[in-house]
Amino acid sequence: MSGTFLGMPGNFPKNAEKAVQDSQLRFNLRKATHTIRGKRASVVDELPDWQELRAAGKAIKDETLRHLDRYLVQLEDAVTGAGGHVHWARDAAEANRIVTGLVKATGESEVVKVKSMATQEIGLNEALAEHGITAYETDLAELIVQLGDDFPSHILVPAIHRNRAEIREIFLDKMAETPEGLTDEPAALAEAARLHLRERFLRSKVAISGANFMVAETGTLVVLESEGNGRMCLTLPETLISVVGIEKLLPSWRDLEVFLQLLPRSSTGERMNPYTSMWTGATEGQDFHLVLLDNGRTDVLADEVGRQALRCIRCSACLNVCPVYERAGGHAYGSVYPGPIGAILTPQLRGMGSELDASLPYASSLCGACYDVCPVAIDIPEVLVDLRAKAPHGRAERAGMRVAGWVLGNEVRLAKAQRLATRFRKLVPRRLPGPLSAWTDTRDLPEIPEESFRDWWERHERP
Amino acid sequence: MSAREEILGRIRQAVRDAPEVGIPRGYRTAARVDDLVGLFAERVDDYRAIVHVLPSAEVPAKIAELVRGRRMVVPDGLPEEWAGEAERAGGSLADLDAAGGVVTGCAVAIAETGTIVLDAGPGQGTRAQTLVPDYHLCVVRADQIVAGVPEAVARLDPARPLTWISGPSATSDIELNRVEGVHGPRTLEVIVST
Repeated sequence: MSGTFLGMPGNFPKNAEKAVQDSQLRFNLRKATHTIRGKRASVVDELPDWQELRAAGKAIKDETLRHLDRYLVQLEDAVTGAGGHVHWARDAAEANRIVTGLVKATGESEVVKVKSMATQEIGLNEALAEHGITAYETDLAELIVQLGDDFPSHILVPAIHRNRAEIREIFLDKMAETPEGLTDEPAALAEAARLHLRERFLRSKVAISGANFMVAETGTLVVLESEGNGRMCLTLPETLISVVGIEKLLPSWRDLEVFLQLLPRSSTGERMNPYTSMWTGATEGQDFHLVLLDNGRTDVLADEVGRQALRCIRCSACLNVCPVYERAGGHAYGSVYPGPIGAILTPQLRGMGSELDASLPYASSLCGACYDVCPVAIDIPEVLVDLRAKAPHGRAERAGMRVAGWVLGNEVRLAKAQRLATRFRKLVPRRLPGPLSAWTDTRDLPEIPEESFRDWWERHERP
Repeated sequence: MSAREEILGRIRQAVRDAPEVGIPRGYRTAARVDDLVGLFAERVDDYRAIVHVLPSAEVPAKIAELVRGRRMVVPDGLPEEWAGEAERAGGSLADLDAAGGVVTGCAVAIAETGTIVLDAGPGQGTRAQTLVPDYHLCVVRADQIVAGVPEAVARLDPARPLTWISGPSATSDIELNRVEGVHGPRTLEVIVST
């Protein structure tokens, strides 16, 4: 069973410090993120109207959020009209209670799962286990994480921190049966996963999924995937339970024409992912339940700057280009949502009460690469800066900032301070004492010039 | 208060001052492609699926050649000349699992992305029928190919279960490189009938 991130101790800098010393991890991450960057760039460049699609994607999501209440009710009507059942969950505990109840009502004690960020966010597998229900992850990367008793470290590829040799070791160690002479060739590893899950797919009675999109107008749910494990789970079991965040909505059927272009190219760097399933209500005799999840989303929605994070379609392009993610890895973020999007989503969904969550808005150099690649144009640096202002700050820091504001806010005071600093420039140590040493441990203190620019300008411009 | 009422109330409170939004749709909704069949075949091939482009008269013989010796799943409504003389598989899940493949038509196909869409209509089978067998042979009529995603979305009926297929089953989960062959059909063979 993979672990849960909830209540994880530490903070981002401490976690990252450990991660950057792991040379294998850095090698794996560098290789994977650079591969995907190249693939994404080439399929995005292929479309002459990428920026127009991006603008439409942003606006469609903003429109959804602006009238989310209306669209949710419309969705509920459409799903119910097509024979499905709709449930509403205020938080993780309520969602877990609903799903556990639905599974128990079927009399089954095993469920198969399609990779879903929402169910990871609420710790559904652990909640089911408490009631004697075993959840089997079927996505290859999720399987690697689950078998390895590990944490996911990427939105799209949760086992991105593992290379092929490590995956082979996990399979040999944890799978009941592996093909004889299993090599670390990716095709052989995929074959092992196929054999491992085949029987389970064919006999499972209950499946749990998330969804990439829900269409309010028609009540249609959409799941994009690659392996066919999604199709197996969505199609074969008698009961299908989908747990979906309330922001995953699109107003109209037509809007899919935008997102089915934006998402595959941004996430796996393909023109189209191998399989996309769309279904409306109870399909081909299935019993269908939709659980709509809030769990902090309405708090994010109330924040004028932060609400743009709810446009996210979980493509993970921002992770793949982020210089901080590439070095620190996903675990350092202590959340199912790592990388730049995690740094703005997690502190908003969970609040900044813990040391870890309060440190996340600082897990960035504000370089802006994430904003450039985001298919729905989330201005991640803008939200990071806004969250930094809202994060708790120590008394000494606040006092220091007040003094700095007082000096920098007035040109006479600034000129005086600069002259004072120039006069005593020889006395400034190369390394700062006390808590300030944290800065100079890894950086050179800039030298104070003999004369400030203002004074130099005065001297040269005055006749 | 019910969870439903509480969530809806919180949303109304949260967005009451948010600005209204206009949606700019400046992207292409009708892409110009000179050779739809050629582009479609090239893009399907990119996914490492097998593609044949044939005049419609030659399609039945090609199908017969490809399914020879396989016990095939033949969905209801498949044109009789495409069904060939292949041995027919039964309808249970175990039969599907043991079958040597499935032969179908499709609802629409997309040239730019090399995608085939099934809507469970006549000759396309149930979702399980096109998923469980390890070999999928799909016949696409040239007039079913559209240029881009918007044209395909406009042609489809959301009330039907839809499966979009772009190449054989694959995964990018090992070092972010695409590898063919996990849970879905590991061989996808496409005949474009012109």
